[in-house]
Amino acid sequence: MSELNFKASEEIELLRLVTVGSVDDGKSTLIGRLLVETKGAFEDQLLAVRKQRHEKHVATAEDIDLAMLTDGLAAEREQGITIDVAYRYFATPKRKFIMADCPGHEQYTRNMVTGASTAHAAIILIDARNGVMPQTRRHTHILSLLGVEHLIVAVNKMDMVNYDEQVFNGIRDEIRDYCEKQGTRDLICIPTSALKGDMVAFRGDQMNWYDGPTLLETLESLSVMGGLDEAPFRFPVQLVNRPQTAELPDYRGFMGTIASGTVRVGDEVVSLPSGMRSKVKEIVTFDGNLEEAFAPQSVTLTLEDEIDVSRGDMLVRPSELPKNARDIHARICWIGDEPMKERGKYLIKHTTSTAKMIVSAINYRTNIHTLEQESADSLSMNEIGSIEMKLQRPIHYDTYADNRVTGSFIIIDSFTNNTVGAGMIES
Amino acid sequence: MANHRLTQLKALEAESIYIMREVVAEFRNPVMLYSIGKDSSVMLHLARKAFYPAPLPFPLLHVDTGYKFKEMYEFRDWYAKKIGAELIVRRNEEAIAKGMNPKDYGVARCCGALKTQGLLDALEEGGYDAAFGGARRDEERSRAKERVFSMRDEFGQWDPKNQRPELWNIYNGRIHEGESVRVFPLSNWTEMDIWLYIREENIPIVPLYYAKERPMVVRGNLLIPADDPEHLHEGEVPEPVMCRFRTLGCIPCTGAVRSSADNMDEIVAEAAAAKRSERETRIIDHGSNSMEDKKKEGYF
Repeated sequence: MSELNFKASEEIELLRLVTVGSVDDGKSTLIGRLLVETKGAFEDQLLAVRKQRHEKHVATAEDIDLAMLTDGLAAEREQGITIDVAYRYFATPKRKFIMADCPGHEQYTRNMVTGASTAHAAIILIDARNGVMPQTRRHTHILSLLGVEHLIVAVNKMDMVNYDEQVFNGIRDEIRDYCEKQGTRDLICIPTSALKGDMVAFRGDQMNWYDGPTLLETLESLSVMGGLDEAPFRFPVQLVNRPQTAELPDYRGFMGTIASGTVRVGDEVVSLPSGMRSKVKEIVTFDGNLEEAFAPQSVTLTLEDEIDVSRGDMLVRPSELPKNARDIHARICWIGDEPMKERGKYLIKHTTSTAKMIVSAINYRTNIHTLEQESADSLSMNEIGSIEMKLQRPIHYDTYADNRVTGSFIIIDSFTNNTVGAGMIES
Repeated sequence: MANHRLTQLKALEAESIYIMREVVAEFRNPVMLYSIGKDSSVMLHLARKAFYPAPLPFPLLHVDTGYKFKEMYEFRDWYAKKIGAELIVRRNEEAIAKGMNPKDYGVARCCGALKTQGLLDALEEGGYDAAFGGARRDEERSRAKERVFSMRDEFGQWDPKNQRPELWNIYNGRIHEGESVRVFPLSNWTEMDIWLYIREENIPIVPLYYAKERPMVVRGNLLIPADDPEHLHEGEVPEPVMCRFRTLGCIPCTGAVRSSADNMDEIVAEAAAAKRSERETRIIDHGSNSMEDKKKEGYF
């Protein structure tokens, strides 16, 4: 951030990223390159990882062991593998980036799902020498499933193929065909050499045939909001604020984070599931009341009328009601040690409410290599499939394609209390 | 058409508020760990925003080692009173009575007794099932792997290889009797964000963060405060140095940096230009896996 004019930094936006690929693709080197070029890693942190190899006084992306910087746990450094999602932070004068760095191996699919669940954009690495691999298709499929808006394919190690334009074009066309078939919304392909730095933060002088933006320019220019503010208003209530102090004896405010859309003072709202209607009286914040609020702001709403609203309820506009059902059709990524079974009973947490559910049927399991649908009566850890489930009571929801907040849920094992599944509602 | 864009600081603020409200909704007896430092100041400010206009729905807990700077104690008592927060102070009196100190017992043992054991005892005494901490993932590499809701067993221990995946912003707060969570609402904030936010929101901080001429000794790469002659090593002579602190801990183990930044704009500019991480001035972090080891034992 040293180049940053900090006066303007208050205007910068947040972009959540996920990076996938294996160590062999040069992922650690690419991340290290981004951190070094944007000053996201400090000198003493770089020297600490370099010290373990040999003594030098200047740390550069080439001579430090960048995996040592990103692998935070002792077990990972001992085994030389990345086990868990690590979060990295870097910033340019235009944006701040939160990057979930995910291990790419098949047995860590659950970590990739975790990292992708909050991401606006993904960087998928392809080794230019190997081209599109089965794992590339698997990663692309999962990222599309999780609704990541922008996929950036970095065709890396271009220095190992003499910066050959034909190699890049071949890989780009293949991945483009594949992404079109599964409906990826936005795909960008960039030739890079993380090791030498070409097309990461700087263009370099080896690939003048490529006239698109560098990786960093791409990250800085992607659209972030994705129309979140134009979607219907959804306000899952987290808590009811009742100070009951001498100054505020009768105050009742509904606290929550706006999941999508906007709300204005005077708007008519309906509380679900009760169906009671009222109007927004105030939008309260510590910094003063607002006339209008929008996603993803955290606010407190007060209403004109005394209606029953509690945690787990949702405030919406009467003209834009969400779906309401007990029987839900969903895509699942299973992350628990014990497999999910038909007729199995679990808890789900959906927005701010928790409910019991039973797996009525497992429709299919997706073969992670061929992406074909296979019949199954259970889903094991790291497997992805489609299920029907019945809830103890109806919930109000949107499909995941329409709304990532009101269309997602986690599955909890009520005996161990562990999170065992990630769910995306299809209907 | 209104501008429906949140700046990155406001987006981080909204996320932190959401996390705090989830904890208050799902836990029986939460507490906020308050260390008096800049991150604690930001976390406390966010908590006031989260529950406004109600008072804070949980107390602040300061696990004191007895080795903090005088300015820190003064600030703590003044600020808690000013905002009307309930402040609980706990110390490991047994270890303090035995004269625990880093010079004779080593930094690891001293931290283990005064900070980790002090914290575990205080959490057990209060029966807290959730404790907010101001740790950030950008601080240190094992913290980069930490969850927002960090599960702890009955001994307060962290198991880094067996963490619950956190999907979307749906936090699983279900625990068994005796277990607890440490919650880190500032997980996604960086040091730079903290300084920018303190400046933007005018959040009061301990004066030690501002540059001033102070009596110091130079020990290796570190600039150590010479407040108490007991903490000095043999042959060390204090000299006046224009300096400030990037992070605040215990007097014997917290280094300062040479600086003339005596206002927020200059501090932000310094943070932006910094080439070395703030934890470099904290003696406790160095050694092979020290932060990860300490977290496994129950440190926050």
